[in-house]
Amino acid sequence: MDANTIAWLILLLPLASAAVIQLGTRRAAGVSALISTGSVIATFLLSIMLLVLPEDAKAEPLSWLNLGEDLTVNIGLIFDDLARGMMIIVTGIGTLVHLFSLGYMKDDEGKARYFAGLSLFMFSMTGIVLADNFVMMFIFWELVGVSSYILIGHWYNKDSAADAAKKAFLTNRIGDFGFMIGILLVWILTGSIYFDEIATAVGGVQNANLLNAAVLLVFCGAIGKSAQLPLHVWLPDAMEGPTPVSALIHAATMVAAGVYMLARSSFLLVEAEGAAHAIALIGGLTAFIAALMATQQNDIKRVLAYSTLSQLGYMIMAQGIHHGSEAGMFHLYTHAWFKALLFLGSGAVIYACHHEQDIWKMGGLRTRMPKTFWTFAIGTAALIAVPGTSGFFSKEAILEAAWHDESGFAKIAWTLGIIVAFLTPFYMVRLFVVAFLGKPRTDHADHAKEVGPIMWVPLAILAFMAIFSAYFFIAEPLNAGGEAHLPHFSITAVLSLVGLVVGGFLGWKLYAGKDSDPIRIPLFENRFYLDELYQGIVRVCQDFVGMTLDAIERYAIQPLTTRGPALGALGLGYVMRAFQTGNLHAYAFLFGLGAVIMLWLFVF
Amino acid sequence: MESGLTLNHFLAVSGVLFAIGFAGVLIRRNIIVIFMCLELMLSAANLTLVAFSRFNTTEAGLPDYNGQVLLFFIITVAAAEVAVGLAIIVALFRARQTTDVTQIVSMKN
Repeated sequence: MDANTIAWLILLLPLASAAVIQLGTRRAAGVSALISTGSVIATFLLSIMLLVLPEDAKAEPLSWLNLGEDLTVNIGLIFDDLARGMMIIVTGIGTLVHLFSLGYMKDDEGKARYFAGLSLFMFSMTGIVLADNFVMMFIFWELVGVSSYILIGHWYNKDSAADAAKKAFLTNRIGDFGFMIGILLVWILTGSIYFDEIATAVGGVQNANLLNAAVLLVFCGAIGKSAQLPLHVWLPDAMEGPTPVSALIHAATMVAAGVYMLARSSFLLVEAEGAAHAIALIGGLTAFIAALMATQQNDIKRVLAYSTLSQLGYMIMAQGIHHGSEAGMFHLYTHAWFKALLFLGSGAVIYACHHEQDIWKMGGLRTRMPKTFWTFAIGTAALIAVPGTSGFFSKEAILEAAWHDESGFAKIAWTLGIIVAFLTPFYMVRLFVVAFLGKPRTDHADHAKEVGPIMWVPLAILAFMAIFSAYFFIAEPLNAGGEAHLPHFSITAVLSLVGLVVGGFLGWKLYAGKDSDPIRIPLFENRFYLDELYQGIVRVCQDFVGMTLDAIERYAIQPLTTRGPALGALGLGYVMRAFQTGNLHAYAFLFGLGAVIMLWLFVF
Repeated sequence: MESGLTLNHFLAVSGVLFAIGFAGVLIRRNIIVIFMCLELMLSAANLTLVAFSRFNTTEAGLPDYNGQVLLFFIITVAAAEVAVGLAIIVALFRARQTTDVTQIVSMKN
């Protein structure tokens, strides 16, 4: 197979799978699941074939929209190192998640619909990764939004799931609106929407302010999709979806799309320094605040969701840092494996505990689910950056890059990053100790059984990757964007090690053997009241708009279009009724008078 | 036309007839009389038609017969209308025991 066929197959196979399931095999859930899983395994194999293609291999673009000489939009595919590495993450984790789903969603009523949604997502995500221009990326950007909406709302007869799906979609739309304007601005400034052409043209842009604005607007898309402050609110709620979906979409791939997009357009960030600073700052703040929120959550998936937010903050921060883009992508790569592992592990726990998600109702799972316990432990170790695991190397790379950036903003970002390095071990050890160690606190936890091989084998594979994915013998062939370096003795390395020890120790000390949370910080527990604030703003705005529209309706539209004419007809009716006396003479007279008037009008 | 009669004479007579008929319709109370007055108005119209027919000659010197043909239509229709009208009046009288239109002001009862 040549490069062209491979690339197009990777893009279109999942779409075909989604179409076949939705149009044909929807009633046969088992067949649908196999079709979907087959398609993702095929794309994974094809993605591996992509890796060995020569550097200059290209696919024929498909002409899609032609608006004169200034603007032609192609559905074109690029598979440079960045895209190849990303494809391995997307299809690799996609494959494991599909396999895991075979077990997790075994008895679900909407199984076929679920797998069709997964395939649609794989198609959309592949489109983002392989897109060679902003417009195509934007189209698939919206498509992942749709598939995420479908999958979050998979259990749509549960109100909370339906609301979460809506919230995710609407919040993303806000960011996407900025993204769209940003794309237009970039096009106006550079005259092109293709990444390679923009890269060469961006140096000639004179108006630095406008370029900064354009980059910030493009970044709005990443704020929405990668759930950065202030649009982070949808991601924790998105945990209402099935857990494998959380692992694939809301931990490993889709939420990383924002980071990928920024890495893809890193040439813009190099030119727009102000925007890059803002991006680094927002990323650092998100990492910090999300970590604070994570310390007081009790839902196992929500803790992981906030830690995802926090890690995404790291990656975004890296994008805004000088020479940090590669480190950010490297963290994306390692994070994808261990966070998918953690989510699937939590899925296994939830599955074993009969859909119990509150960590205070678990406990003692170490002896009952040893395989899940050990894989989860490895995932936790990678997330809290225990030296030797993949997460350690990528996080060090980001913090080192931030340290070496001279600007003040990068220093702030670095400080925030170091604080997060203290917080992450704390909340992860808390989660781990409460959920897995100690005594079981409920019957569900007491009777938990180890999950079957279809679920623990993906966990084992991910656990392997969580440790080793950073090492050169895996990272290099997979185009990870970085690899494990022995960290030199630096203030960053020392501080993060201190953070690991102190945070982990505190978490252990505070929570080991406890049956309820010894500390309560309502501010963190309630997520800084941001959701309430947004709800209040929305309510006030909605009330205001509602009242305005009501007034317009009442005093302008009704009198003119509905009530006015109705009243007129009514009044006319009253007038006409006066003529209907029943008196024959009056009728004859009026008739005669009318005839005379008509004659007079026509003749004279 | 040897006689001194002109079109205007005929139209004047017709107009007077029409006016008498219309006045009768407006003033009289007895529905039969009103009905007859209506016939009078029809006759006035007929007279006009004939008069125009006579005074509006074609190139061959013949009267314009269109008017006279129309006249016969009107007479025919009037005959039919009288039959129907009288039948209604008889039915009305049976229902209300009166021919005074001022007494007959409502459709019901």
